[in-house]
Amino acid sequence: MSTRLINWFKFSSPATFYPLAGRIVTWSAVVAVVLLAIGLYMSFFVAPTDYKQGEGYRIIFVHVPASWMSMFIYVVMAAWSGIGLVFNTRLSSMMAQALAPTGALFAFLALWTGAFWGKPMWGTWWVWDARLTSELILLFLYIGFIALQGAIDDPRRADRAGAILALVGVVNIPIIYFSVKWWNTLHQGASVTITKGSSMGQVMLVTMLIMVFAFWAYAIAVSLARVRAIILEREKETTWVRELVGGAR
Amino acid sequence: MNAGSLGEFFEMGGYALYVWGSFGATFLLMAVEPILVRRRHQAILQRIRRMIRLETEVKR
Repeated sequence: MSTRLINWFKFSSPATFYPLAGRIVTWSAVVAVVLLAIGLYMSFFVAPTDYKQGEGYRIIFVHVPASWMSMFIYVVMAAWSGIGLVFNTRLSSMMAQALAPTGALFAFLALWTGAFWGKPMWGTWWVWDARLTSELILLFLYIGFIALQGAIDDPRRADRAGAILALVGVVNIPIIYFSVKWWNTLHQGASVTITKGSSMGQVMLVTMLIMVFAFWAYAIAVSLARVRAIILEREKETTWVRELVGGAR
Repeated sequence: MNAGSLGEFFEMGGYALYVWGSFGATFLLMAVEPILVRRRHQAILQRIRRMIRLETEVKR
């Protein structure tokens, strides 16, 4: 069994994960910057003007990646929370805690760029449509998770309380995703689906996917950088942190 | 897109506010977040160093 060669539990120890995370942060930050540069160039200079929405449609290149990331990060956050709850591994809970602010940022950007797209195309910044409302609830779930964890002094209890909130909130993710199918929404249906492929032009699709991967790399870099800070904050009394920080002076 | 001039490019075919409002906010937040995370990391490192220093002084 080749998988046995890697001892996964080794990486669940903050002491071994801390330096590994540092290396991943560097690499994904580089990937994010390169992909963002390519993606932005393509967004403005390569992707053609839309025949219906003119230049206004270019908002899609930040709106869709931000929206996808806001949902994806939530699922990952809930998964880490669940693992932390079941196996009582402290690193999993720290991962969940590190992902929340980045997820909240993307949820906010999804709503913000959506408003700036809705105004010229629908004539309104905001409607209480199923897609928009459920995405707003997602932002509130992130904020609630952060606030709940911040309100409990004991970190392990904060982890458990946050984990339950995160897991209950997962129900909102399919609601967001299928909202455009289940209800008559002002928001358009999905342009890209797993089953039917894409209804977008090839160049537009490639540009959007590059932006998606750029946001992905960004999220990995920034959340792992945050988890490194959280590890130090929580383990500041331990010998390995003392040796690491004292030795690195 | 085929923008004839820089001004035309920034006009975004009349959608300037919406396109730049979206890309601008995205860029701003994605630039600020890593700075905040870096500060948080630096702050905890500094705090731990101070704790180590204080403890060694007490021992003396």
